[in-house]
Amino acid sequence: MARRGIREYDAKRVFYKMMPRYTGEKVTFDIMPLLVDPDTDMDKLSEDNPWLDNMRLVVKPDQLFGKRGKSGLVLLNCSFDEARNFIKQKMGKSAKLGKVRGKLEYFLIEPFIPHDLEYYIAMKMDADGDHVYFSTQGGVDIESVWDTVKEVVIGPLEEPELDTKSLLGDVPALERKLIEPFLKGMYKFFANHDIVYLEINPFTIVDKKIKILDMVAKVDDTGMWQNVGVWDFDEFPSPFGKEPTREEAYIKSLDEKTGASLKLTILNPEGRIWTMVAGGGASVVYADTIVDLGHGGELSNYGEYSGNPSTEETYLYAKTVLALMTEKKHKSGKGKILLIGGGIANFTDVAKTFTGIIQALRDHSDKLQKVGCRIYVRRGGPNYKAGLEKMRKIGEEIGVPIQVYGPEMHMTSIIPMALGENDKGVK
Amino acid sequence: MEPYLLFSNKTRSIIFNMQVKAVQRMLDFDYLCGRETPSVAGLVNPGSSGTHKAHWGTGEILIPIYPNIEEALKGNSDVDTMVNFASFRSSYASTKEALEHKNIRVVAVIAEGIPERKARELSHLAKKLGKIIIGPATVGAIGAGAFKVGNSGGTLDNIQNQKLYRRGSIGLVTKSGGLLNEMFNIICHNTDGIFEGVAIGGDKYPGSSLIDHLLRYEQNPKIKMMVALGELGGDEEYRVVAAMKKGLLTKPLVFWVMGTCSKVFPEGAQFGHAGAKAGVATETADAKNKALKKAGAIVPDSFDTLGDEIARTFIKLRDEGKIVPVQEPESLPVIPMDYADAIKRGVIRKPTSFISQVADDRGDEVSYAGYPISEIVHSGGKLGDVIGLLWFGRKFPKWASEFIELAIMIVADHGPAVSGAHNAIIASRAGKDLVSCLASGLLTIGPRFGGAIDGCAKHMKNGYYKGLEPRAFVKDMKAQNIKIPGIGHRVKSLENPDGRVTLMIEYARNNFPKTDILDYALGVQDVTTQKKSNLILNVDGTIGVLMVDMLTNVGFFSKEEVDRIVELGYLNGIFVLGRSIGLIGHALDQKRLNQRLYRHPWEDILYMVERKE
Repeated sequence: MARRGIREYDAKRVFYKMMPRYTGEKVTFDIMPLLVDPDTDMDKLSEDNPWLDNMRLVVKPDQLFGKRGKSGLVLLNCSFDEARNFIKQKMGKSAKLGKVRGKLEYFLIEPFIPHDLEYYIAMKMDADGDHVYFSTQGGVDIESVWDTVKEVVIGPLEEPELDTKSLLGDVPALERKLIEPFLKGMYKFFANHDIVYLEINPFTIVDKKIKILDMVAKVDDTGMWQNVGVWDFDEFPSPFGKEPTREEAYIKSLDEKTGASLKLTILNPEGRIWTMVAGGGASVVYADTIVDLGHGGELSNYGEYSGNPSTEETYLYAKTVLALMTEKKHKSGKGKILLIGGGIANFTDVAKTFTGIIQALRDHSDKLQKVGCRIYVRRGGPNYKAGLEKMRKIGEEIGVPIQVYGPEMHMTSIIPMALGENDKGVK
Repeated sequence: MEPYLLFSNKTRSIIFNMQVKAVQRMLDFDYLCGRETPSVAGLVNPGSSGTHKAHWGTGEILIPIYPNIEEALKGNSDVDTMVNFASFRSSYASTKEALEHKNIRVVAVIAEGIPERKARELSHLAKKLGKIIIGPATVGAIGAGAFKVGNSGGTLDNIQNQKLYRRGSIGLVTKSGGLLNEMFNIICHNTDGIFEGVAIGGDKYPGSSLIDHLLRYEQNPKIKMMVALGELGGDEEYRVVAAMKKGLLTKPLVFWVMGTCSKVFPEGAQFGHAGAKAGVATETADAKNKALKKAGAIVPDSFDTLGDEIARTFIKLRDEGKIVPVQEPESLPVIPMDYADAIKRGVIRKPTSFISQVADDRGDEVSYAGYPISEIVHSGGKLGDVIGLLWFGRKFPKWASEFIELAIMIVADHGPAVSGAHNAIIASRAGKDLVSCLASGLLTIGPRFGGAIDGCAKHMKNGYYKGLEPRAFVKDMKAQNIKIPGIGHRVKSLENPDGRVTLMIEYARNNFPKTDILDYALGVQDVTTQKKSNLILNVDGTIGVLMVDMLTNVGFFSKEEVDRIVELGYLNGIFVLGRSIGLIGHALDQKRLNQRLYRHPWEDILYMVERKE
């Protein structure tokens, strides 16, 4: 549940569709952008969109990263055949942007627009209100001309109307007549559809019509239920270079099917320390403490299970983590460490959620022994005594050393204990 | 109440949505604290009203249920707090309505996933109106010894262990609702306990922020020290830093910002909470911890030593004589364990009041005598098999199940003139509902109507096992002045046999392993038809004797068991079940035809009413 970037293709498509409604048909767009992915049939694409063959085009990757021009990933003023070749060359190839390396798989195609005017407009949702930024000096790097940017703030309790007077003071009357309804309509679109960030840099005017060149949008995913039929994409794209691993994707698919919360991020599959922590806050605190005690490099995963998952769900979650953990021995020859941690639950039945984990531990008993696993448990909450007792028993049963603690011990004390830092024991 | 207090032990609330478990936990807390009045004055269950029964210590109380917030507040002028359990879809409207009501001071919003724009509006609205929102996306808050929001503080054991039933000297505020209990635990282990603890929730735009609560704690003379748990992302912690620099926060403040692990994570990772994402360097946990430390907060090196720092700070205050020793209550009221909880833990037992060997609805799927319904259907099971399982607890062989079905089909109806159908028709015409019509028809079944199946089975079986020759049996019955049930038909005779009887006999001869009782009954028929040709074994009689033959030869009942089955009225059950089909038909037929109330004509009644002196 958070702010999510969306593809330029989706942002433009929905914007083009909705803007006539928000401007009393004063602003309209004729041609929808197209998205090419690894499965796109290019012949069919040109068949369905005859304009591709009649117009000059722009092609660029559409994978939630900026500065595409500087990275040589934008092809301007090309024919469809040139666009096709460009895509063919880049599709599936890896690219490095800043520190992130990822695979190029999505491309946007739209008409090329020769222009001279370049305007900048951005709208951002913030705690104190919606900030609207406008400049007549739009273009690649707005930061370098930030003193030309004018700003208006619309407070959270104000009517969602944009007063463009102070923004458009420098704009000649002819252009202002076109830009004013555009900005007003764009703000309504922004405020009505759970958008948290919407930037066009630049837009221009050709033959008295507004034309959009680059667009960036982020939406609030908790608001999507209010936008059925508006934001009509199936899922949010992963940020560039962050395609999930097989296991991460599997846990994500489990998470989407349940009311509970199941999260998994693999940080270092070669690491020694593995965690299985209940609760969003506790999972952060466990990861923090491992890092703060100087073992961040050995932290293998981050994740959480919470919101009262079923026994089956916890079993599948634990199985996934254990399978990864027991794949091979640690390169140092030292045994691996599994932390089954958590705070004191408010109302989750601890014994019940442990049942799934215990079942997974039993399934992996041989493998756990092979990687020299030691297990440390700390948890509290409803029925925790029964849960901890079950954990103690499974340790004996499968012959894996296990240490089990309840709320009498500080939540993170199992970490220094496991890492042999100090043995603070029970306070 | 002082404006710096969130709750007192007089605070009364309404609960939006029927969260009865949370309500019970609130009431148990109240009782433990020795509150005079329950903290829950009413429940709002949109669109309906009534009362909800809840435990109050060892007794029970009724809590009114209201159809909307307005009604709930109209009826309870002392309520100033609402705990809102509405979903993420409807929380906005109900929270707004409550905030705008003059009596409401505090709204706790539990739902997770309220759209940012709506949450932001609520937060600003609350500030404008001078009210406090706790949440969204939180478990709530606790005023120790005073008031508990919903599920905050967890179970009763926990509340006792963490001494939340009386006030300590510490004010706590945390972003994480999940760690609220853990923080209570840490504080309880290392100090004299909580005065007030609030989880503001991990949303990007919480209704109230860390600084709002810390400023309240600063004003509260009973709070001697503050503990806060922040998180990476956003700038709330810097507002605390700014307040410290301005001298607005002077009490010792132990602070930890979660998320120091983000540096080993891929860029821009999103943690569990919506607000937990560091966009710029200042939003990282490390930067915030550093800034807080610089501003004078007590910041441990890691969460692991948070408890130690809290203890050290508290001991220092105590040594300086700033802590007023807490008056521990001499004894705490005992709250009985919940029955369901006690059963689950295996600490009590009680003899059961009912036994059932028929069906079990506790698993994933209802099972009939141990067979899940889907298994019965998949294996081609029919109505006869279901009767076998539900009535006899046995899986009957095909020939037996089919015979049961045959019998049901044959007894299903006998026209509108017989007493059962007639009654059903009269009831239907009187405008009665279907169940009444059916019952009215069924109530005629007894010794004179439909009872022959049972009777015939019983007598023929007895005759056969006593070894009485059919002739002797007939003589014996006559001597006892019993008309043999199942013998005799109005029009049918040996020469003009009843097709239904022929059909059943044929089925039995072809499929039953043995038909001893049928053969015996036919022997009896030979005797009776010598007297009068319509004294034949009729439909009811045939079903009766064949049911006995079926049960005897099905392979799992002894003679004694078959006797008992007949005695208990099982065979009558076949008639009742089958005839219900016909009775329903007649009742519905009358309704479909829109037949008026029936009144019997006077001329058809012989009135012989005399006045006797």
